[in-house]
Amino acid sequence: MLSKRIISCLDVRDGKLAKSVKFVDTKDIGDPVAKAREYYAQGLDELVFYDITASSDNRGIMLDVVSRVAEQVFIPFSVGGGLRTVEDCSRVLLAGAEKVNVNSAAVKNPGLIAEASAAFGAQAVVLSMDVLRVPVTAQIPSGYEIVINGGRTPMGLDAVQWAQRGQELGAGELVINSIDADGTKQGYELTLTRKIAEAVSIPVIASGGGGKPEHLYDVLTEGKADAALVASMLHYGEYTVSELKEYLMGRGLKIRMVNG
Amino acid sequence: MITIVDYKAGNLTSVKRALDHLGIANQVSADPDAVRKAGKVIFPGVGAAGAAMSVLKERGLDAALKEAFQKGTPILGICIGCQIILSHSEEDDTDCLDLLPGACVRFRVSDPALKIPHMGWNAVSVLRPHPLLGHLRPGDEFYFVHSYYPQPADPTQVYAESEHGGPFPAAIGKDNLFAVQFHVEKSGPVGLRVLENFAKWQV
Repeated sequence: MLSKRIISCLDVRDGKLAKSVKFVDTKDIGDPVAKAREYYAQGLDELVFYDITASSDNRGIMLDVVSRVAEQVFIPFSVGGGLRTVEDCSRVLLAGAEKVNVNSAAVKNPGLIAEASAAFGAQAVVLSMDVLRVPVTAQIPSGYEIVINGGRTPMGLDAVQWAQRGQELGAGELVINSIDADGTKQGYELTLTRKIAEAVSIPVIASGGGGKPEHLYDVLTEGKADAALVASMLHYGEYTVSELKEYLMGRGLKIRMVNG
Repeated sequence: MITIVDYKAGNLTSVKRALDHLGIANQVSADPDAVRKAGKVIFPGVGAAGAAMSVLKERGLDAALKEAFQKGTPILGICIGCQIILSHSEEDDTDCLDLLPGACVRFRVSDPALKIPHMGWNAVSVLRPHPLLGHLRPGDEFYFVHSYYPQPADPTQVYAESEHGGPFPAAIGKDNLFAVQFHVEKSGPVGLRVLENFAKWQV
């Protein structure tokens, strides 16, 4: 039986670590490579790097971060942010990432998922989606809508339908990021996560809202997620990876523990 | 010197980075003669069996790998490199290297909660002691990404198993050949130890 995974997300801007809070106002909290190494040593299962660099002139810095991580950290990691073409994806994979993470670009051009999946295999393509709770309408029957541009632009696309479409197009995993929950530390969006997990057959990674170990437990059980993404809980040193894992294991979940 | 076989198989640079990190001398080569002359060979891989076999044949690496195996060169196969050492793969209905008799078969799971590909961390249990797995403790987990698994005809060639809707072989081998379905280069310290053990392995 597969273990439930704890994944940490590192937002990187101009080669430096940042943590977005409600997607506005990010503040620099350090070196992504050092942070990745620290979490690896603590027994983290996987890493995600989001490049939030504004200027395309500085995109090369991210490739340098990716290759330095790949030289020092021996767990899987994915890279997202600013990947618009198969060539963009190819560059981060060659730099050492296992997977690419596509979000807005895939909403605008769903063919990107299919092309990347054909080129690198479904296991290398993660579809990330930013989701906002909205009133149920004929267009948005689940009451959850896909948004892009850091949550500012609603796309008129139902989140559950988009998740299913993403799987059909060849995504190997989904990251479900709730804009409502992100940065609140009040817990993951359980209903949204469960709705999508029940609608697809690929792994679902819950994102946004984790503030306490219980929140991880809830989304990995009631929310039916295969993995939980954690950011500020770890980045600000409130918890260590092993504390989270020991808690979840103590509550009966199958968790990978790294022996001494 | 370990020669990593280059046949356009995805995780080759990850394997190289892991060996570099461990300070183990290695080179990447697509040259069949380099494989024939190698002290040790790592045969990595990510991708599909059909494509992998056609590249191996195109480059003459299929014959070189067979020769290396027959003359006793220690070989470590990883992922696809653990599958296409068998006689046949169900993936793309591919005839493979036939270093070990057997077939690579697709997961057939009835429980919809069990997803294919089998992707993530799973425990590996040792069935028969092997120097490359000497450090494993019960419950140690490795990182897997695959939809097919290796099934040698001779069950005594299965050294370790994992479980996904039932047990499946996770490490197989014979004589100077050892192969793992999981990604040792992405499985943290317990995976890196397999590479260290391979570097020290005296067949």
